[in-house]
Amino acid sequence: MNNGAKIKPGSTMERVNANLAKRYAKERRFRRMGLAAIVISLMFLGLLFGSIISKGYGAFWQTYIQLEIHFEPEDMDLHGNRSLEVLSAVDYGGLVKRTLREMFPKVKKRKEKRKLYGVVSNGAAFQLREMVMNHPDLIGRTVQVWVPADDDVDMLIKGHIDRHKPESERRVKDQQIAWVDELQRVGKIEKRFNTTFFTAGDSREPELAGIHGALMGSIFTLLITLGLSFPMGVAAAIYLEEFAPTNRFTDFIEININNLAAVPSIVFGLLGLAVFINFFGLPRSIPLVGGLVLTLMTLPTIIIASRAALKSVPPSIREAALGIGASRMQTVFHHVLPQALPGMLTGAIIGMAQALGETAPLLMIGMVAFIVDIPANMMDPATALPVQIYLWADSPERAFMERTSAAIMVLLAFLISMNMLAVLLRKKFEKRW
Amino acid sequence: MINKRTVLAATLAVVATSATAVSRDYVSIVGSSTVYPFATVVAEQFGKTTQFKTPKIESTGSGGGFKLFCAGVGVEHPDITNASRRIKKSEYERCHKNGVNQIVEVKIGYDGIAIANSKKAVRFELTRKEIFLALAKRVPDPKGGETLVENPYKTWQEVNSNLPAIKIEVLGPPPTSGTRDAFAELAMEGGCKKIGWIKAMKKKDKKAYKRICHTLREDGAYIEAGENDNLIVRKLEANPKALGIFGFSFLDQNSDKVQGALIDGVAPEFEAIAEGKYPISRPLFFYVKKAHVGKVPGITEYLAEFCSDKTWGDEGYLTDKGLIPMPAAERKTFAVNAKGLKNLEM
Repeated sequence: MNNGAKIKPGSTMERVNANLAKRYAKERRFRRMGLAAIVISLMFLGLLFGSIISKGYGAFWQTYIQLEIHFEPEDMDLHGNRSLEVLSAVDYGGLVKRTLREMFPKVKKRKEKRKLYGVVSNGAAFQLREMVMNHPDLIGRTVQVWVPADDDVDMLIKGHIDRHKPESERRVKDQQIAWVDELQRVGKIEKRFNTTFFTAGDSREPELAGIHGALMGSIFTLLITLGLSFPMGVAAAIYLEEFAPTNRFTDFIEININNLAAVPSIVFGLLGLAVFINFFGLPRSIPLVGGLVLTLMTLPTIIIASRAALKSVPPSIREAALGIGASRMQTVFHHVLPQALPGMLTGAIIGMAQALGETAPLLMIGMVAFIVDIPANMMDPATALPVQIYLWADSPERAFMERTSAAIMVLLAFLISMNMLAVLLRKKFEKRW
Repeated sequence: MINKRTVLAATLAVVATSATAVSRDYVSIVGSSTVYPFATVVAEQFGKTTQFKTPKIESTGSGGGFKLFCAGVGVEHPDITNASRRIKKSEYERCHKNGVNQIVEVKIGYDGIAIANSKKAVRFELTRKEIFLALAKRVPDPKGGETLVENPYKTWQEVNSNLPAIKIEVLGPPPTSGTRDAFAELAMEGGCKKIGWIKAMKKKDKKAYKRICHTLREDGAYIEAGENDNLIVRKLEANPKALGIFGFSFLDQNSDKVQGALIDGVAPEFEAIAEGKYPISRPLFFYVKKAHVGKVPGITEYLAEFCSDKTWGDEGYLTDKGLIPMPAAERKTFAVNAKGLKNLEM
């Protein structure tokens, strides 16, 4: 049949053969277009990740300067008193300044001194204060301490400030560059892993700012969201799918749930402001309110996903259970729910991931704020990861740009691990019929 | 499900009542996004060097701050609000209506508003009148006479032949911003007043006068770039033909990328703003609710931290962040007011 010579002119086969090449070409074109779409989206993703990582990886390293601090009791105005109040009130900034002056004895003029003090972060004073408060036996001794460098010096070391520009056009002055070079020569300056970034709360000094406060805020908020929206969402889904009669009322509820899933998140923020803060009088800026608002937001997503999971359980399972005399409740809880749970969990985790990235509703309830102390529970004021990113992106200091990208990386890592968990759970428990 | 909702509401009510009964142990601050970078530095310093908790600061804008601040007395309301302008009579009355009778006003210093462009382009030299003519919605007819026409100027050269022949393109803050208010009042109105017959209108019809002087054009020459000043700086870098409007602290931090235009012959520099020579600068304030002093721990101590020379003085740490300090005598007055919690009368 395939032999061309035997095909009769005008037959179906001839017509098929005539446009065969065209049909193959059409398929090839479609495949190429599909592939191109994937390549383009991967390229954009790569571009996004590439730009964030190349901008942000630097923030995981911070420049430190080694200082030789003499904790001389007479310099510290102790008068023999070692109580915590006295230790707390010591002028530790003065100690740092004196050390710097000893390192560079040639600096005499007032203006020059100010420039010299600007090389070290003012976090150095806080660091010394903490050291002495925790170990009062340090007093009277000489200690080598690594303190964070000022953010401008950090930017210089990392090459983000061009030292060849005219002096008036950069924030680090010629003299400061000379001091930094001198410190570098004697090995008193080095880049270290930036643990502060993972252990500190927010700060206005980039070198002291950390993501820990925002991370805890996000975790508390998400715990509340998960704790409320998962049981409520699943219960609502089970009732609607397995028990509720089909009538106008349940139709109405179903339509409204679908509508709620599409409502812009800022509206939930306004609702939260009106209900939880203005009516119930809960304080502003706390993860409890944030969690409640995000619960409202994720609830429809979870209900819809859970209902889809329940629907995918074949009716034969229900019929078999009912057939051997199980009650409806037993049918649902012993047979249907275990089969639907992986799908429900996936839905919940995707809803959580969505809640994690949300800023707009948190704006309305005051979680967009400057909060230094790390929240210890869900009643302490807190921010969340995306809010921290927003706040840093808006800060004038150059070094915060790096921190912003690094915070995005932390948020992405959090998101990716949550999505991975969703995939793993599905792989582990999923059943196919 | 309905049952569950009622249970939830009940639990919430219980949580709520127990929450309000607990007093707050940190100072709550709201207000201007312009004062935010300064107040946060003070708050952090305060939190790290005293036994008090670090105050919480929300950036809500000056107007939003007064709204929250004046809502009432009690721990659920903020203790302090920051403002990039003075409290308005209407806001003061609102405060009084809600029982916030005693307010302490503290001026913290000055902020200059810079009109800047990329370092790749030539530095602009503008007068306030030129700014008004370039950016107002309606301007006096260039042909003469005392009539207003829709702003016809397309390039800077059309405004003044000494200026470069590039398209008028200015990126600036949206109407919710205090920076925008101050820009309209100081730069636009400042230039508007230079035109004799419009100035004469102020006495006759104040509303019309304000409308002429404060309305920015909407035909694309003035672009609202959002409250993010960093974004404006980045856009200026990418487009050397555009100008941007933002606070002095951003100019100070980005002096390698952008340059401030000379306004009436004065450059936006620290000394010029401090001496009051630079025409577009404004005072910054914060307001304290006296009724909360003693109820919320740390308010007086926070005031003391703010009003000390090591903070807002000529060499204080706020100057490193771009705040322009007040003259010593003025600082002293406000420090005394703050210490004595002097009540604001309006």
